[in-house]
Parts: sequence; C-alpha cells; structure tokens
Amino acid sequence: MGDVYLSTLKPNEYGRIKGIDSGCKANKRLYELGLYKNALVKVVKNDFGPVILNLSGNKLALGRGLASKVLVEPYFFERN
Amino acid sequence: MSIIALVGNPNSGKTTLFNALTGSNQHIGNWPGVTVEKKEGKFKHKEKQYSVIDLPGTYSLGAYSEDELVARNFILSGASDVVINVVDATNIERNLYLTTQLLEMGVKVVVALNMMDEAKQKNIEIDVCALSKSLGIPVVATIASKNKGLEDLIEKAVEYASSGEQPRIDISYGEEIDREIDRVKGFLDSSKSDHPKWLAIKLLEGDEEIYKLVEKKFKLPEDLLASIKEKTPDYELEIVDKRYAFVGNIVSLAVKKPAREVETITDKLDKIVTHKYFGIPIFAIIMFIIFQLTFVIGQDLLGGYVAGFVEFIGENLVKLLELINSPEWLQSFVSEGIFGGIGTVFEFIPLIVVLYFFIGILEDTGYMARAAYVMDGLMRAIGLHGKTFISMIVGFGCNVPGIMATRTLDNKKDRMIALLINPFMSCGARLPIYLVFIAAFFPNNGALVLFLLYAFGIVMALIMGKIFSKVLFKEESSHFIMELPPYRLPIFKYVIRSMWDKVWDFLYRAGSIIFVVVALLWVLSVLPFGVEPYSQESILGRIGTILAPIFAPAGFGTWQATVSLFAGIAAKEAVVAILGMVYAGVSEGTELVLALQDVFTPLTAVSFLVMTLLYTPCAAVLGTVKRETNSVKWTIFMALYTFVLGWIVAVLIYQVGRLLGF
Repeated sequence: MGDVYLSTLKPNEYGRIKGIDSGCKANKRLYELGLYKNALVKVVKNDFGPVILNLSGNKLALGRGLASKVLVEPYFFERN
Repeated sequence: MSIIALVGNPNSGKTTLFNALTGSNQHIGNWPGVTVEKKEGKFKHKEKQYSVIDLPGTYSLGAYSEDELVARNFILSGASDVVINVVDATNIERNLYLTTQLLEMGVKVVVALNMMDEAKQKNIEIDVCALSKSLGIPVVATIASKNKGLEDLIEKAVEYASSGEQPRIDISYGEEIDREIDRVKGFLDSSKSDHPKWLAIKLLEGDEEIYKLVEKKFKLPEDLLASIKEKTPDYELEIVDKRYAFVGNIVSLAVKKPAREVETITDKLDKIVTHKYFGIPIFAIIMFIIFQLTFVIGQDLLGGYVAGFVEFIGENLVKLLELINSPEWLQSFVSEGIFGGIGTVFEFIPLIVVLYFFIGILEDTGYMARAAYVMDGLMRAIGLHGKTFISMIVGFGCNVPGIMATRTLDNKKDRMIALLINPFMSCGARLPIYLVFIAAFFPNNGALVLFLLYAFGIVMALIMGKIFSKVLFKEESSHFIMELPPYRLPIFKYVIRSMWDKVWDFLYRAGSIIFVVVALLWVLSVLPFGVEPYSQESILGRIGTILAPIFAPAGFGTWQATVSLFAGIAAKEAVVAILGMVYAGVSEGTELVLALQDVFTPLTAVSFLVMTLLYTPCAAVLGTVKRETNSVKWTIFMALYTFVLGWIVAVLIYQVGRLLGF
C-alpha cells in the first residue's frame, strides 16, 4: 500500500513515519520530538485544529499544516 | 561545593525532582516550558552541601529555542560537576535521544529513570541494569513525585562525579559522515575546546550558533566551511536518524512494552475537553467557575476577617501613637499613608490567594496544554500561534512570568507579538482595582463583571495581535507542535507552595515598591506645609490638576484619578492605595467604596476600569520587556501604545455611553 499524508488518517488508525517534507528546521524538530523515520504513530483526533497523535503512549498535537507534510505508511495490527 | 545540573525533556518530572531534592520554592507547571530560566537550589547529603541547577526542559540540545540555548550553554560552560538527566520512563526513546546528545558532549551524566510507577501502569518493563550497561553510565529508577529512589540517585551521582570514569559513547553516523566528522574534528583539535567531536557533529548538523562560535574561536579554512555548509542539508536528518537508531538498539535490549496502548483516563478526558465543539465552551466555563469561586471563598468567606484584622491593627497602632504622644505628622502618616493606602491593598489578599490557587491547579493537572490546543484554531484564524495562549494565561497571574513564558515560542514574530499583547492579560495586581469598583457599583454582578473585564482583555490582546501580525511582522507564523502531557493529580504541597510564592511576591512588592510610592505620594500630599493633606492645594493635587484634563474626555478627569493612574505605572497595586489615601484617608475599604460612589458613576467606573486594564503595564513588566527584547525601542513602544490604546477605548466607552444615556 502506498504512503499517505498523516493528515488523511482517521482516528485510531496507525501509520509508520516515512518522511517529512516541511522546512528543514521543522523537519528536524519533528524528528527530535519523536516523529523519526519508522516511528509508529496513532492518530487520536483529527477533525478540527491541530491533529493529536499518540506516539508510544505520549500525546503530541501537530498543526494541520505540518501533519499534511508528514508521509506515513498505513499500518494495521493483525486481529487477535 | 559540587554543582549538579538537572536536564530533561519537558514533563519528564525534572522540576518535581528538583523540588524533592531541594525543597526549594520553585514552580512546577505541567506544560512545556515553565522553567524559563535556570533555577538553583541547595541540599545536604552526608554532611556535604550540594547545589542543584534546574535547567529548562528541552527535547534536544540544538539551538531551536531560547530554552535549549540556555540549557546547552550552561552545560558547555563546564560549571557542573555532574549532570542528572531526568528520563521519562514512559517515553524512553525520545528521552534517550537527549541523553545521547549529552554523552556526545562528553559530560558526566547520570540518568534518573523517572515515573517508573506510570511506566508500570502502562505495562512497560525496563531492565535498568541492561540500560546502564549499554549507555555506559549509572541509571537509577526514581519516582520523584513520591520521593522514591532519590537517595540512591544522589549517591550514584556524587560517586560518579568524583570517579575518574569518563562517559564513552560511539555512535556511527555511517561511513561518509563519520569520515567528515573526523576531518572537521582535525581542524578543531587543539587546546581550545573540550568537545571537538561534538562541535564537529554540530557543525555538520547545521547548527548556526555553533557555526558562529567556531568561526570566532578557530580559524577554519574557507573551503572547509563552504563544504560543511553544502553538505549540511543532506547530513542533518541522517544524523538525527542514526542517533535514534542507536537509541532504538539500546531500547530493544532493555525495554519491553505492549504493542498497543490501552485507552487511558487521559485519553477519555481528552475526548471531552478537546472536543471540536465543546472544547472552547468548557474552557470558558472552567474560567468562569474559577472567578465565581474566587469571589465566594476569597471575599465572602475570608475577606471580612482580613479587613477586620487590618482595621484592628490600624486603629490600635494609631491609638498607641497617640498614647506615646508621637508627633501628629507620624500619626497622620500611619493612619492615612500606611493604612489608608497599603491597608486597602492587603484586604484583597484572600482573593488573590484563592485565584492563584485555582490557576495553580489548572497548571499542574496538565489542562493548560489542552487550553492552548483548543484555542489554537481561534488563534490561527487571527494569525497567532496557539502557544501564545499559554503565555497569556500565565499572564493572568502576573505579566512578568507571562512575558518570560513567550520564550517557548520558537520564531521571533510569534514571540514578539505574544510579548506585546501580554499586558492586556489582567494580572493579579489589577484585581484589587476591579474589586473595589465592583463593590461600589456592581455588587450583585461581581463575578460577571470581573469575567467580562478579563474577557475584554483577551479580546483586545487578540485584536492587537492580529494588527501586529499584519502590520509589524511580515514573516510566516510557525507551526503548532505541542505535547499534551498526561493528566496528573496536582501535588497539593506544590500547588500551595507555588501559590504562596506568588502571594509572597505580592506582599513583598506591597511592602517595598508600593510602600515607597505611597510614602512619596504621602509626602507630596502634605506639602507645602500648612495645606490640608490630600487636598487640591497640595503638591500632589497640583500635579494631578495639571494632568487631569488628559482624562476628561474619558469621564474621570479628576486630579485624584489622574494621580492614581500615574502611580499605577510604578506598580498597579498603588492605584487602589492612592485612591484610598486621596478619597477616604482611612483604613477601611468600605469608606473608599462609599467615597467612590460619590465621585464616579457606573459609566465612568467602567471607563476607568478599562483604562486600568489596558494602559501602560507596571515598571516590573517594562523592565522584563527590556531584558527579553534587549531593545529600548520596543520597551518604549510597549509603554506608549498601551497607554494610547487604553485612553482611546476609555474615551469611546464614556462618550458612547453618554450618548446612550447612561
């Protein structure tokens, strides 16, 4: 399955970070905040205002503009 | 004496640890960026004195924000013997990222693996021993909020500091980058730096501050600098990636965590308070309830006692002075100057205590970050950054920390705007002015009027913010990135402590600056000799009379109001103090209320209140603006534009109100 932008994921969907194409400075900031390559994120809220993510248990609010520059590969847990 | 520096991510419990270690009076807030300056505390361990420096919480040691620079420069200065790196056990990858940077700097680091209780709740298992081994430094499990593991931590830190061991860390950044690092390092290797490798890495990461530093200190060949600049964009993220890979390896060996998170209480609460439609109303209701409770508890329940107490002291002191036949001027100074002026201010302390208490609870539970989140949409719409709102809420307590809190804003435009509009957030010192006028004119709708004043301040801040972002600063606003920390039960002891700090500050100011202002004005009010004290013939009255016409269009062009407003530029508490002196000249707040009813109308009371809300902030705030902007021009701009704005709005209210027949 192809990569999509983080802002298109619905609540409770997971994605693996593949890349970010914002400005260089913001890129690095996001990496340092834990949105590094291959990190697994879960979208908690995505309707209005910044998108809220769950990054291994910690919540991060990310401006909509930024979230639409983060490429993720949708990730599905196997049903158990 | 040994110096220990505390470093860690925001919300890693660093400040809690600091408090637990030192028992110092320092504020913890459960949101990013509350420690805007480094704080120092002391403690004793085995008969030896230690000094602890609490550095601002940072995610990295880059040059992204002022906080990071403060932390980094302190560590680089080599002032500390050992660094305690507080690591949030529930979010170990990101926290260890900072640890790797510390290790690369070659400083001695001891990890406090904090919040182990929360990690346990989340079913995260950490092998402390394995972690310590792979990092090559001591790691101690702690729960700072419950005082657990601290003895052990100190023991290890002290031992490590005095040992000859040096941290060793070797992250490979890939063949090419490693080679570049070595090449650059070759030019830096000299007696001039303790951390040549770290400098080389930072240069290749494109760190501008380090670039400037290196340029100043070392003579690097032009072509080397050029080649560094050229390669930076490719290397920058690669370096971060490799650091994370390094951390990932360690974590995979030492940490076991469930694949999927369970829904926590924080998640459930967030569904409600960050709701698309309910978020903002919930925030407004919370603020309104706080104001309502402030009145009920602070005024109705406690206010009377304090007023009675102040009155009792005042009357008896004057009686005592009469008894010992002290000169009349001294009696007059004590009864009118001190108790008429400062006494009036003291009567509002219960209200301030209660308001601070509730704001402290909001801060420590973690709700503030949500408030910034729900406000971001609104703030965006007018070109401001959502975080601006946090500095605004902090400003409710006092504008000085409010302005300092703007440091968490990363770009200059966002920061300058947040700083310029902060004084419109109604601080605790302005509260007594509102309360006295509310008691005089709106006794039945106190909470509502107060709420409206605060809300009006917010609206004016937003309008001015919009104007500034259009007119003064052309750059783009930066993106919203903010952590939403888990909700925590506030630690009662710390809420009380932080409240007491602020109240103490208020008392201190009342006892010093305000005392001086009041004393000075009292002198002006009894000179020249022979005039009726506080009359228009006194020097005070004459000065006020000359300046009063300025405020005539706003409906309060009396010399008394004029004098009180100008005294308020020294300290806002002085406004009520002066009104108390010139109108009532007595110790009782109720007499001032009656006196005000004679000289103000509800309409002029409103325009006066709006003026005090908006006009020039106090001297302490202007001093902070000067320090933070490092610019006299901006400081003067701040003083003037607020005055002009306050005047215009007050005039509009009065004139329009008059037309409408109020």
